[in-house]
Amino acid sequence: MNKPATRWTDQRVETIIGNLLRAGVLLAAAVVALGGVIFLVRHGCTMPQYARFVGEPFELRTVSGIVRRAASFRGRNIIQLGLLLLIATPVARVAFSVVAFALERDRLYVGVTLIVLAVLLFSLAGGHV
Amino acid sequence: MRAPAPRAEFINELLTQDPRARTVNTLELTLLIWLGSLLAGFLGSLTGLGGGIVITPLLTLAFGVDIRYAIGATLVSVIATSSGAAAAYVKEGFTNIRIGMFLEIATTVGAVVGASIAARLPASSIAVIFGIVLLYSAYMASRPSPPRVADDHRNRLATLLKFDSEYPTTTGLQSYHVRGVPTGFSLMFVAGTLSGLLGIGSGALKVIAMDQAMRVPFKVSTTTSNFMIGVTAAASAGVYLQRGYIDPGLAMPVMLGVLLGSLLGARVLARTRTASLRLVFGLVVAIMAVEMIYHGLTGKI
Repeated sequence: MNKPATRWTDQRVETIIGNLLRAGVLLAAAVVALGGVIFLVRHGCTMPQYARFVGEPFELRTVSGIVRRAASFRGRNIIQLGLLLLIATPVARVAFSVVAFALERDRLYVGVTLIVLAVLLFSLAGGHV
Repeated sequence: MRAPAPRAEFINELLTQDPRARTVNTLELTLLIWLGSLLAGFLGSLTGLGGGIVITPLLTLAFGVDIRYAIGATLVSVIATSSGAAAAYVKEGFTNIRIGMFLEIATTVGAVVGASIAARLPASSIAVIFGIVLLYSAYMASRPSPPRVADDHRNRLATLLKFDSEYPTTTGLQSYHVRGVPTGFSLMFVAGTLSGLLGIGSGALKVIAMDQAMRVPFKVSTTTSNFMIGVTAAASAGVYLQRGYIDPGLAMPVMLGVLLGSLLGARVLARTRTASLRLVFGLVVAIMAVEMIYHGLTGKI
């Protein structure tokens, strides 16, 4: 795929990552917009309930719950899937950086990036202090 | 079991003469929030203050949204603008990925801590803290950044961490040396905590930490800060999601509005003079800050 002569420079890696992020955001925005249309068609005439905090239902609070519910084709569930995709873009960026630093044979930064990735995954897995 | 409609006196006055005649429905409120977010994203991107910082006050003060939902929706939009802008910044070649990644250890841990604190604080305290941070940001934005002499000494820790790099200028590649790593790292922890606590990007504080404390050139600081904002916000987002702060119906118009607004703002930015705009926007932010503090102290939020 890559010629052995091709060097993994920071700039090249960054360009790939930048495009990856933009694609991720556009995909997330499209999913959110689709869910939004369904949500508004079905619930546009109801009264909004954002003034009093009750919290989201539990199935919309976890990664696995959101992924499971997305197939139900309810507007709110699809929006939440889009938001999850959005949250995943920076995580994907960090994961990609681990690979990139490994290709550059920069062990110090493979370590640094793995720490950041671990914190992100800890948070997404529902961990808090 | 239907919760009461939001404290939407403001919107009702806009839409009807008689506040008791009707309240806005979800469709109307969603469109209004989308428009507000679009404007906030546009102005935030033009002035460099970021759109996120005014969305939460807008939602709580004008639309009567609970501050926890407002913070959750804003946080999501912060990720969108950060990731959306990354591709444009990368082309300019200013981002220092090593500085960003190393400091992200501080910001992500800070964000998880901040988001956990947010869950334990009453909404009114969060509103007051938010107002104070907002005031400070408005002050920083209206103030021109002081000129800074380049540092040409190598710093041991910065060298060890391979922070020293170069960036493109009109006269070719300019190299720079970094210092003050412990100070920068500590400030980044604070920035991360505020980000997690208030659902903002804390871009201003991140830039100060790099530009002032670590002597990273300004352009490298701002682009690296943008890179870090998305990752920091993602760390808080996990906690917010678990706490049920991220409401899809509310986050949808905010995220789509801010994203479109900031992309438009970035297009216009190249050919606009922003000095007076910064001042006006700074003033708006300051007024919102005072309102937030007042509402927080009087227990209205």
